[in-house]
Amino acid sequence: MKLVTPGRKAEKIDRLAELAAADEAGRSLWQETFARLRRNPTAIVGAVIVGLFLLLSIIAPLLAPYSPTAQTWREETSVAQGIFPGPRAENWLGVDALGRDFFSRLVIGARQTLLVGVVATLLGFTVGALLGAISGAAAGLGGRVGRWVDNTLMRLTDMLLALPSLLLAVSVAALLGRSLLTVMIAVGVVQIPIFARLLRGSMIAQSNSDYVLAAQAIGVPRWRIAVSHVVPNSLGPVIVQATLTLATAIIEAAALSFLGLGNPDPSTPEWGVMLADAQAYLDVRPEWAFYPAAGIVITALGFTLLGEALREALDPKLRK
Amino acid sequence: MALLEVCDLSVVFNRRGQRPMRAVDGVSFTVDAGEVIGLVGESGCGKSVTSLAIMGLLPKRGVQVGGKAVFDGTDLLQLDNRTMRDVRGRDIAMIFQDPLSSLNPVVPIGVQVTEVLTRHRGMKGETAAKHAAELLDRVGIPDPRRRLKEYPHQLSGGMRQRALIAMAVACQPRLLIADEPTTALDVTIQAQILELLKDLVRDSGTALIMITHDLGVVAGMCDMINVLYAGRVVETARRRPLFAAPHHPYTVGLLGSIPRLDADRGQPLTPIRGSVRDVLPWSDGCAFAPRCDHRTDACVGQPPDLVPTHDGRHHRCVNPVGLTNAEPPAEAEDPAVTSGAAMPKQRGKEEA
Repeated sequence: MKLVTPGRKAEKIDRLAELAAADEAGRSLWQETFARLRRNPTAIVGAVIVGLFLLLSIIAPLLAPYSPTAQTWREETSVAQGIFPGPRAENWLGVDALGRDFFSRLVIGARQTLLVGVVATLLGFTVGALLGAISGAAAGLGGRVGRWVDNTLMRLTDMLLALPSLLLAVSVAALLGRSLLTVMIAVGVVQIPIFARLLRGSMIAQSNSDYVLAAQAIGVPRWRIAVSHVVPNSLGPVIVQATLTLATAIIEAAALSFLGLGNPDPSTPEWGVMLADAQAYLDVRPEWAFYPAAGIVITALGFTLLGEALREALDPKLRK
Repeated sequence: MALLEVCDLSVVFNRRGQRPMRAVDGVSFTVDAGEVIGLVGESGCGKSVTSLAIMGLLPKRGVQVGGKAVFDGTDLLQLDNRTMRDVRGRDIAMIFQDPLSSLNPVVPIGVQVTEVLTRHRGMKGETAAKHAAELLDRVGIPDPRRRLKEYPHQLSGGMRQRALIAMAVACQPRLLIADEPTTALDVTIQAQILELLKDLVRDSGTALIMITHDLGVVAGMCDMINVLYAGRVVETARRRPLFAAPHHPYTVGLLGSIPRLDADRGQPLTPIRGSVRDVLPWSDGCAFAPRCDHRTDACVGQPPDLVPTHDGRHHRCVNPVGLTNAEPPAEAEDPAVTSGAAMPKQRGKEEA
């Protein structure tokens, strides 16, 4: 190996010093997590997929060449004879059974999928984290009354947790009737106990730490310790879970649509509905099932990769 | 009257399916304003539990606290939670062993220091920040304005302990409890932190309880020393007499197990035989008896009392070292006694 020349060596040291200095300047836990994420190829792949999906949802109306609902090519299709125009210059992915441009429907469908996923996750996250925070604070710092509160809340979430998630979502959807909002609520409710349990456990673990004792020793009231010390330290795993939940929510929303419990409005295309519709034509046009299914799988994969990478970046045990 | 008078303090942990554990068993001591006292003993002797009991920070469930801890006329153990929270941080503050885990990792130092000021002195915003910076400056943290914005992991171990000390002295408490404040630090930083604590105590007249297993720390700082074993005080003495002529065999053992600068090289240290696991309950006699070199038949059966000797010293031993029937302590017959006598020379250079 060749020796490094003094000039280059100095350059190298300078660069190291620069890096070290950059490291010094006030970086929080989150900034450091972000820096670690940037170095992780899994995170980058996940972020790219998620980013493309977000972009697709936002600019979908610009990308879609036709209206997703206009039955422009109705005359050219025949369900009875199984004749549907395949991919061609004006319809890139062909025409569906009702004579609508398939590509336009696929692109616009991304929005609906994203909307359901995000709103459902937000719902599950907000309610779950709230329950979990109350429960965790009560159990960790609340004494006798706290334990009672914690027990009550946790038995309630246990009841939700005991039901299989899809069954629960189906029940909620069936109970509330078919609408877009129902799908979001159904998928969100399923996530509530998971978030609640996760934050509670994390908070109880944090409640036993030295800095909580130290805060008590300077006379900080318990609710303040819970809000300003314990919760910020416990949010890491919950945020990871939220990312992973987005993937689950998208799949579950699609599953609900597939089972006929989704948004009944045929004018807004959705990947789950498209998948369900494609069933009837699986022998003639298997690609009608393939495209929305691939969309669901790739999007879910993107969120999962990002979530896993986030978990790794936040886990102190995996830090180098 | 003494600032803090701990009287017959006992802490019992009730364990499911096991015999209750008496972690602290009738500990009494007093602290005067401006005084530095030491609670010394090995792991599990009840030092930290004593301090947590005084602060009211022990868990409520499964723990029985008995006795009295009278601070400035009020019994701390009788106070309700709300009143006790006002006392903590304002009148009595505590410094913990591990500065990294005692600071919240996701909150900047500045917020944590100002929290005390907001809580007890109603300071807000810029006033609080300014005061916090002054505090950091006072405990020797350079560039305090910048440090306020930083997170605990960006500070060195010594800095973190300084920040914790700044939080503890923020409201000029009258009593400071330092629970092994230097154990997690390396030796040079230890010396700096002890020096800082000494200065703070001297300048403000704060009383200080030093909890430690390190007799070296005690030798440099404390006026009065209480040696604890298995939850009871086994010896109480002023610093110099204790190091010059320890009476209780346990104290002798502690002193004998410290390396000395003037010992021959290669000379092995004298450990105390056995471990804390061999502790007997005090009801069956002296808890130290199974590990004691001075054991007699009288040690088993009847628990020894804490008996006063001269100079306000006390010991809890039926066969004390260097003391036979209230004679003045014999000088240097026992090798362990001589080794103890050399201690202040190493550590307490600046003493008058």
